[in-house]
Amino acid sequence: MDFFLSRYRHLTVLLIVITAQLLLIAYQVKTNKDIPLIRVWAVTAVTPVETGLELVRRYTWGFVEDYFVLLGVRSQNEKLRSENGQLKIENNYLKSELSTADRARALSVFQARSPSKTVAARVIGNGTGANSKVVFVDRGSTSGVESGMAVVTPDGIVGKVVDAYPTASLVMLITDPTFAAGVVSQKNRVHGTLKGQGHSECLVDYVQNEEHVDIGEWFYTSGDDRIFPKGFPVGQVTAAPNGKSFKEIYVSPSGMPGGVEEVLIVLQGVHQEVPGGEVGSPAYTILPAPTETAAQTPEGAPQPGSLATDADRLRAIYKDVGVEQKHTYGEGPPGSKPPDFTKIPSIHGVPAAGAPGAPPANAAGQSTATNKAQPGQATPATPKPAAPPVAKPKATQPPAVDETDDEPVSATESAPRKPVAPVVVRPRPPANTPPVANPTVSNPAVNQ
Amino acid sequence: MTEYTERLLTETPRKDAADRFRIVWLVVIPLIAVLSQVYVPRFIPFLAYLELPLLITVHFALTSGGPIPALFYGMSIGLVQDSLSHQPIGMYGIVKTLVGYFAASVSMRFDVQNPVVTFILAFFFYFFHQFFYWVLSRALLGEALGFDAQQTVIFGLLNAAVALPLFRLLDKLRLAS
Repeated sequence: MDFFLSRYRHLTVLLIVITAQLLLIAYQVKTNKDIPLIRVWAVTAVTPVETGLELVRRYTWGFVEDYFVLLGVRSQNEKLRSENGQLKIENNYLKSELSTADRARALSVFQARSPSKTVAARVIGNGTGANSKVVFVDRGSTSGVESGMAVVTPDGIVGKVVDAYPTASLVMLITDPTFAAGVVSQKNRVHGTLKGQGHSECLVDYVQNEEHVDIGEWFYTSGDDRIFPKGFPVGQVTAAPNGKSFKEIYVSPSGMPGGVEEVLIVLQGVHQEVPGGEVGSPAYTILPAPTETAAQTPEGAPQPGSLATDADRLRAIYKDVGVEQKHTYGEGPPGSKPPDFTKIPSIHGVPAAGAPGAPPANAAGQSTATNKAQPGQATPATPKPAAPPVAKPKATQPPAVDETDDEPVSATESAPRKPVAPVVVRPRPPANTPPVANPTVSNPAVNQ
Repeated sequence: MTEYTERLLTETPRKDAADRFRIVWLVVIPLIAVLSQVYVPRFIPFLAYLELPLLITVHFALTSGGPIPALFYGMSIGLVQDSLSHQPIGMYGIVKTLVGYFAASVSMRFDVQNPVVTFILAFFFYFFHQFFYWVLSRALLGEALGFDAQQTVIFGLLNAAVALPLFRLLDKLRLAS
């Protein structure tokens, strides 16, 4: 054993070191826990230096930039003075101010207007690794930052906090291959999952090929992932071809055009509505909600809150006739005089034939309801509850009912029930005419 | 003054200088390398592919004279890199441990002062580093990352080109101290 160890000492040490690190990785992967001690040490050692470097760079570069800006302003002033136009100078100055408005101002305005509680942070360094897209920001757990918080800019989402250290945080950008977030399209409200690709564009996955997504359409956060509040812009669609099982929607992120310098970390997110776009119209139309005004009710149609059907109205009419003529339905011996049903009005407000105000009958056989309809003869359009044959002593049955009319069926129900069956007049179609399923359709007078 | 005290007096300044260099070598230079990898690509994104920590590891391994210090050196730099990434700690550690070990083993068989050999070794170890990291990512973490061999070769050549002046500078720094 000693011989082996002394001969293969280097190899043994190598194997021990590799095995130890493999076990370390296995522990982290299996328990999904981190080794905070090593990370905190490393980050605490590196980030202060980065912060210092960033400060030096900013002030040095800012000084140089200011110098050149002053030179430009001086030359510009001389040129403008030569033109002797103070108004033009002011105008140019304001325009230049507008065009050079820095991101910090926009950020503060956005921060003030956004309902979410945010904290501003500055990017101070990149993470290691060529494939990973992570950056360090100068806000950590002492500023209230925690893992899983969303990171945004006024232009859109940037990423999410994956680790929070006391003085800095590690932010995974949305372009990282392991990044994912729930998104929804603005126009067609198509839901999907945004995934980083390791380069400048992201992929919206899990969108069925049948869904419709337009080029140039905006995607917003949907809030489904519980990290990004709903309503933050994500980016515009650059391509959306159909894939094998899902659409391959490529989105150009809007949150970090040309890099990211200042960001906002969302401490307490508040969902917002996705800004209104053209919402895709459904294939059907929806009528407006009905109003309960009598003015919009068609004439003759049932009034809201009143009797609803023709049978009910006819029943009420017969009842009124009974009251007017002091007749109580269901009383009296068989053969006693029934009410005069020839005086009843129509249920649609048109007086019945023979009633006061009724239009004059102009066709033979249609003037009174006592006429029998001949086979093949057209049935009158107006309701005509036929009067019982007075000459006959047993004519106490309800009026003759024509099935082609729209009321008599109800009339038979509301009339006093007698053992004698009512006389039903059926218009017979011509012999060579096929039978019609709905007799009212074959009657032009009724159809009017 | 005895011979012993005389030797002590003459040897102390040299020893102090050696200690200072060791601290610089072990702490400051790796820190600068990691910092440059973290900070510089913010302004020059292309330099994200410059693996200065790897080149420092290779140089240390080629000049340290033993595989064991080299593998521990590589492991330490790798773990610091892991700490600054969002990957589990140990991925870069394993890869750089192997790079340190193999580079130190190679230095016993080749003339590592030759620029051509240095160039080839730097290129080889860059390619090995990237490839082995990709293998570990797939095997241990199950990440479906792609490996662009052509791009890796190009960046390997660039890293090797940077390694030549860098190694010379570090050699001079070591000799000066």
